[in-house]
Amino acid sequence: MGQDTAALHARSLSELSRGLNEGEFTSRELTESLLQRIDDHQEQLNAFITVTADHALQRADAADKARANGDTGTLNGLPIVHKDLFCTKGVLTTCGSHILGNFVSPYDATVVERINAAGAVMLGKTNMDEFAMGSSNETSYYGPVTNPWNEKLSPGGSSGGSAAAVAARVVPAATGTDTGGSIRQPAALTGTVGLKPTYGRVSRYGMVAFASSLDQAGVITRSAEDAALLLGVMAGYDRRDSTSVDHPVPDYVAALSKPVKGLKIGIVRQHFDEGLDAGCEERIKVALSALKDQGATLIEVDLPNIDLSVPTYYVVAPAECSSNLSRFDGVRFGHRSDNPEDILDLYCRSRGEGFGAEVQRRVMTGTYVLSAGYYDAYYLKAQKVRQLISQDFKKAFANVDVIAGPTAPTTAFAIGEKTDDPITMYLNDIYTIGANLAGLPGVSVPCGFADGLPVGLQLVGPHFAEETILACAHQYQQLTDWHTQGPEDFS
Amino acid sequence: MSLTKDQVQHIATLARLKLADAEFDDVVDKLSRIVEFVDQLQAAPTDDVLPMAHPLNMTQRLRADEITEPNERDEVQKNAPQVENGYYLVPKVIE
Repeated sequence: MGQDTAALHARSLSELSRGLNEGEFTSRELTESLLQRIDDHQEQLNAFITVTADHALQRADAADKARANGDTGTLNGLPIVHKDLFCTKGVLTTCGSHILGNFVSPYDATVVERINAAGAVMLGKTNMDEFAMGSSNETSYYGPVTNPWNEKLSPGGSSGGSAAAVAARVVPAATGTDTGGSIRQPAALTGTVGLKPTYGRVSRYGMVAFASSLDQAGVITRSAEDAALLLGVMAGYDRRDSTSVDHPVPDYVAALSKPVKGLKIGIVRQHFDEGLDAGCEERIKVALSALKDQGATLIEVDLPNIDLSVPTYYVVAPAECSSNLSRFDGVRFGHRSDNPEDILDLYCRSRGEGFGAEVQRRVMTGTYVLSAGYYDAYYLKAQKVRQLISQDFKKAFANVDVIAGPTAPTTAFAIGEKTDDPITMYLNDIYTIGANLAGLPGVSVPCGFADGLPVGLQLVGPHFAEETILACAHQYQQLTDWHTQGPEDFS
Repeated sequence: MSLTKDQVQHIATLARLKLADAEFDDVVDKLSRIVEFVDQLQAAPTDDVLPMAHPLNMTQRLRADEITEPNERDEVQKNAPQVENGYYLVPKVIE
């Protein structure tokens, strides 16, 4: 029996698109069925902060009407959920924080606007680490998300709600954002596909800013094909984002058919040092040899400064965060403390009450590295090391088309396991942060299981090589069926 | 390098954060660990390396100085804790 006869929730976005086109079901039927599924699993997963049921049903009816009138918009009538970091007009946008607990956005993010314009139906806003600062979804003010593969485990983060919802077959696709691995790491830990595009490929307008030189919007889906479909809608120049790049948007779906044969795949020596779980390492090596069997060439490459990527990130990202988060002052929007003594007390208490512990730590780390007397030693130094890391990638891509390796050092870890030591948590992103520092596109693809938990294969490409990494991911998914295997409790 | 309590208090003041007394020691401990962790950057040889300001090495784009957005003050101020006649209200700053 093919996938196209499976229950609606079990189908990918592309499969649902075919069903709608063939009149097998309406968008209203699809939307109602998925809203029910969200409701059924919210208590266990806590994947959503807001569910927009009324809005969704109105949009679904409009999509059905448009279809009847011949509208075949790319995503017409298809479901989507947004990480609660994207501003959505008239809908609560909390960014996982208490300080934005009552913030109703007066406008749509460009990503939301484009996805809406393509006809998609937003079902809700997903849970996340507060201000996207975390790798486990435990820093959310709205409680941790659980991993559908085992409810005692974290789904990763910061796009944990998006990843859990897609992995649990609650929704076929979700947006996410990735500053140091926040799309790819949760995708790896939940057995989903997570795509972080090139910096500047997708507009950041309307994304609550964390670290502006690193943040990038992307998607979590169940197949590379779905990621390509969504990227085609999301990508493109936006005058409202000053770092948006005016670069042609190719047909990402059409590019998927490019065979792996002849592809030069770089393997980073440093990625297989101590620190990588043996079970994960084995799965990655099996995946790489499968690509080799299809005619790809595996070439060892060296990224000599990659070990410094995590400390570099933990100077640059907090510095940018301390600057970006200065806008939360209890005056114009967001939480305000009661009975302030004076303006300073108003600022300090509103922020002290509104920000959680991890956000406070990062704001303070950033304040410290930018403060008088320390700027050169930390911030400037980190930006120089960042340059070295970026040049290492550039040299590597002179010889290879993609770099492949693990997405995360281990499979999903227990909720509470890494909360005592921030450094242990930060090291989760050791394989993903390099792509953010250098602005490169990366995708994590399910490549099997270690002790029953999903493992992710990461493919990183040069700037604007999304076609290459998505085609490689798609071709791998033609050889394997890891991406179609979901957690048993959510079949 | 470990941070002292005084240093952490100074950073918190610069960051406009009122730290809860009960959590202060934990903040000192964790911030110290983060600073020690990023201190390993000091050993990297970076003479003659230009700092990287932007992942794509772009220059800042400029636009013509034209009014393109409508005034949506009332809509925007719906999110404000306290407003009056279009102004944001804060505690008295000047006596």
